[in-house]
Amino acid sequence: MKSAVIIFPGSNCDRDMDVALKKFGFKNEMVWHDDEQLPKSDLIVLPGGFSYGDYLRCGSIAGKSKIIKSVVDFAAKGGLVLGICNGFQILTETGLLPGVLQQNKNIEFICKNVFVKVNNKNNKYFNSIDKDILELHIAHNEGNYFCTSDELKMLKDNDLVAVSYCNEKGEVNEKSNPNGALQNIAGIFNKEKNILGMMPHPERMIDKYLSGEDGSIFFKNLLNNFK
Amino acid sequence: MTTINEKVAIDHGLKKEEFKKICDLMKRTPNLTELGIFSAMWNEHCSYKSSRKHLKNLHTQGKRVIQGPGENAGVIDVDDEDAIVFKIESHNHPSFIEPYQGAATGVGGIMRDVFTMGARPIANLNSIHFGSTQHKKTKNLLRGVVKGIGGYGNCIGVPTIGGQTCFDESYNGNILVNAMTLGLVNKKKIFYSKAAGIGKPVIYVGSKTGRDGIHGASMASAVFDDKIEEKKPTVQVGDPFTEKLLLEACLELMADDSIISIQDMGAAGLTSSSIEMASKGKLGIELDLSKVPCREEKMTPYEIMLSESQERMLIVLENGKEENAKKIFDKWDLDFAVIGKTTTSKKIELYFDSKKVADIPIDFLAEDAPEYDRKWKKTKLPQKIKFKKENFKSLKINNCLIKLLSNPNICEKKWIWNQYDHTVMGDTIQKPGGDAGVVRIHGTEKAVAASVDSSATYCFAHPLTGGKQVVCESWRNLISVGAEPIAITNCLNFGNPEKEKNMGEFVECVQGISEACKYLDFPVVSGNVSFYNETKDKGIKPTPSIGGVGLLKNYKNMLTMDLKNEGNVILVIGKTEGHLDQSVFARNVLNEKKGPPPEINLFNEKNNGSTVMKLIKEKLILSCRDVSLGGIIVAIAKMCIKGKKGVKLNKLKSLINKFEFFFSEDQGRYIIEVSKKNLKKIENILKENSVHFDNLGEVQKDNYINIDSEKISVDELSKHNKNWLMEYMEQ
Repeated sequence: MKSAVIIFPGSNCDRDMDVALKKFGFKNEMVWHDDEQLPKSDLIVLPGGFSYGDYLRCGSIAGKSKIIKSVVDFAAKGGLVLGICNGFQILTETGLLPGVLQQNKNIEFICKNVFVKVNNKNNKYFNSIDKDILELHIAHNEGNYFCTSDELKMLKDNDLVAVSYCNEKGEVNEKSNPNGALQNIAGIFNKEKNILGMMPHPERMIDKYLSGEDGSIFFKNLLNNFK
Repeated sequence: MTTINEKVAIDHGLKKEEFKKICDLMKRTPNLTELGIFSAMWNEHCSYKSSRKHLKNLHTQGKRVIQGPGENAGVIDVDDEDAIVFKIESHNHPSFIEPYQGAATGVGGIMRDVFTMGARPIANLNSIHFGSTQHKKTKNLLRGVVKGIGGYGNCIGVPTIGGQTCFDESYNGNILVNAMTLGLVNKKKIFYSKAAGIGKPVIYVGSKTGRDGIHGASMASAVFDDKIEEKKPTVQVGDPFTEKLLLEACLELMADDSIISIQDMGAAGLTSSSIEMASKGKLGIELDLSKVPCREEKMTPYEIMLSESQERMLIVLENGKEENAKKIFDKWDLDFAVIGKTTTSKKIELYFDSKKVADIPIDFLAEDAPEYDRKWKKTKLPQKIKFKKENFKSLKINNCLIKLLSNPNICEKKWIWNQYDHTVMGDTIQKPGGDAGVVRIHGTEKAVAASVDSSATYCFAHPLTGGKQVVCESWRNLISVGAEPIAITNCLNFGNPEKEKNMGEFVECVQGISEACKYLDFPVVSGNVSFYNETKDKGIKPTPSIGGVGLLKNYKNMLTMDLKNEGNVILVIGKTEGHLDQSVFARNVLNEKKGPPPEINLFNEKNNGSTVMKLIKEKLILSCRDVSLGGIIVAIAKMCIKGKKGVKLNKLKSLINKFEFFFSEDQGRYIIEVSKKNLKKIENILKENSVHFDNLGEVQKDNYINIDSEKISVDELSKHNKNWLMEYMEQ
C-alpha cells in the first residue's frame, strides 16, 4: 500500500493527489523530479499540472527528467504507474503509452464534470468497480487524444482503451466528447495494463462536498488490490 | 546624454509644477535615471496623489483585522492559527491594449502581492467590464481577457472560484480587469514589506529583468488617445510557470526566519519595491544595478529601474542567510543575486559599473510626493420617475423574464468559468455561478466565501448611494452562502480625476463605501485606485469593485441557491417597495434610463442580514439567494433553474403592481426556501427582530413558475439564461 507522487517543476495537482491517496489508506511519499531513485512503492503517480510550463510540448521536458528512468524501470517490472492529465501527457512523451494529447478542439481550456465509460475491468485500476459509468472532472487545455491508425488498431485489438467520454447513459458519441479526442478516448493502458494514463482527475472527486464522489470509488478499488 | 528639462519631464507624465518641485527638492536638475524614478513614484498609480486625501476616510478597523491598507495586501483573522490575506487590483489599461497579457499579468501581480506576505494563494476571483456587446472590439477583448486570466491562474494551480462580468457602452474604449486573490497564512508567519536593520543584504530573485513594461505604471496614469496601440511595448509579458516556481521557492524560504522583509516588483518594478521597503523602515538603500540579472544586453540603469518584467521579488535577508536562501532558489531554477544593502542614509543610492548613477533622499519620493485636493462636483439625486399604468399594459411576465435572463449582465457566464480551473486544490465547495465562491480552509472544518461586485449603473446615477449599495451587495452575497461577512478589498475604477465630475464620482462613491462599511462593521483592508479610465474624452461610469470575504465556521452548513424540495415555502426577506428606477427592467423593458438608484437603508440592511444569519445558524434555511439585478422574479427563476424545480406563487397582497413587485430592485432582500414545519418558528424570529417578509409561495415538482394566470416554463428560461453568452461568442 505504498505510493509515490512525483513532483515536477510546475506540477500543481501533486498535493491533491497526496491528499486523495492518503485518505484512502496509501502510505504516500512525494518524490522530487531531480532524484534518481524511487522509494519502494506499489504505485507511482505522475500528477497533473503544467510541468515545465508546458514549454515545447506538454510533458515533453518532464519526459526527460532524471527520475523518469526509474519510472520506466519500475513499469518494466510490472509496477503500477498512473498518469493523470499532465501525467498522461508525460507518459505519452516518454513512450510508455502510444499517441499524443493535442490542444482541445475548441482551443479553450475546459474545466467541468464529464462522464466516462469504463471499457475494461480486467486490470488493477477498475477490477472491482461495480459501476460502468463514472462521473469525473476534467481540467485541461490539451486533452485531445490522437494516435496513428496502427496504434489505434493495437489499442483496440488489445482492449487497451481504459475509459471513453460518454453521456450520463453511457453513450459514446460526438456530443459527449468534450475535447475532440479520437474515438472519445479519455484514458488508455499499456499492453500489460500496469500503466494507465487518463485526462480526468479522480482526486478532485473524493467527497460529497466537491464535484462528486466517483473518484473515491477509483481509489478504494486501487487500494483493494494491495490488501 | 539626454538633457533634462521640462519637456522631458512632461514626456514622463509629470506636470510642469511637479518638475519644478523635484528640482527644488533636489536643489539641482535630476539626471535621467532620477527623473525616471521620480516619474514612477509620483504618478497616480503609485502615489495615489488624487485619492489619498479621500482614502483616509475609509473605514479600516475591525476586530478581525490583522493588517489594513498600506501593505502588499490586507490580512484578517479567521480563528485558530489561520489568517486570510487578500486584495483586489486593477490591470485595466494594459488589458485594453493587449488583452491576454494584460489580464494574465494582472492575475500574476495580485497573486504575488498575496504570497509575498507568506500566504499560499487558495482562490482567485475577478471582476471584468467590457463595452457594449454590439461594439466591434468587445468579443475579442472578452475572449483574450478570459484566456489570459485562465492561462495564468490555471497554470499556477489556484482555483478561480468566482467573479463578475458586465457589459456597458461606457467601457467601449476602456475595459476593466480587476483581479483578486485570497491566500492562507499562519497568523504567526506573516511577512511584511518594512525593512529593518542596517547593512542587511538586499536580494533580487525570480525572472531576469527585460525591457518589457517600462513605464507601465505611467501608462496606467494617463488617458488613452488614438495612439494607444503604440503603447503595446509597455504591456508586461507573463510567465506563470516562473511564478509557480517563485511561489514555491518563496514559501520554502519563509519556512524559517531568514527574511526581514519582502516586496514583489509590481508596478514601477525595482524602483517602487526598493523605495517602499526603505521608506517603511525609515532606512536608506544602496543597489548595484550591474548585479541585476538582465535578460537583454546593454540595459541602462534607467531601464533596469523602470522595467516591469514580471515574476520578480526583492528581499531583505538576515546577514549570513544568503547561502541557504540561494540553495532554495537554485533548486527551483530561479535567479538569485545580492544586489545591495540597507543603509542609514535614508537615501536611495544607485551604482552602475562602479559609478554612482542616482542619489535621492527616500522622503522626496514617498513622503514628499504630491498630494492633490482636487476640485469635485456633487451629483444630485435624480428625480424619481413616475411610471404610468399604460407602461405595463401590454407586458407579460414571461416575456420580460426571458428578456432579463438573457440580458448580457444577468445571463449565466459558464462560457467564461468553464475556461477557469475552479476545482484544483480540491477544496472548492461552491463553484462559480452562485452568490459567492467558497473554498475550504484545507484540513479544517472552516471555509472562506468570497464574492466580487460592482454596480456602475447605480454609481453613475448617484455615486453616494451606489457606493453604499456595492458594499451591501457584497455583504448579502456572503450571507447568502452562509458566511459571516468579515472584510472587503476595493478596486476603485474611475475616469479622469482632473475633471470635477469624475473626481466627484470618486469622492462620493468612497464616502458611500465608507458609510456602509462602518455601519455593517465590514472594514476595507486593502485595495487600489485606477483613475484615467478615459478615451478621447469619454470616461467610464464610476465602477468601484468590491471584493468581500466571509467565514464559514463549518463548511457543512454552506448554503446554495438551488431549490431543494417540493412543498417547501419561499419567503422574501425585506420590504418590496417597487423601486424600478435604474433597474434592469426599467432600462431594458421600459427603456427608461433615468431616475435614482434604489435607496439604501443601512439599518434594514444590517438587521435583515443579521436575522438571516440567525436563521442560518439555526439551520432553518434550505436555500438562499440575495435579490439583486432583475428583482425577486429573476432571483426565483435562477433558484428554479439551478434546482430544476418550479414554484407556485401566491396572489399578490401588495398595493404595487406585479411588475413593480417582481422586477423592482429594492435593497436588503433575500429569497429563502424553508420547510413548512419550521415556518411558524421562522416567522416568529423574523417578527421578533422586526424584519419585514412576504410569503411568496411554494416549491413544486412541476417545472413551471406559476404566477396568476401565467405558466412559465423553467426549461425555457434555463435555455435562454444558459445559451445567450455561448451563442454570442460563437456568432
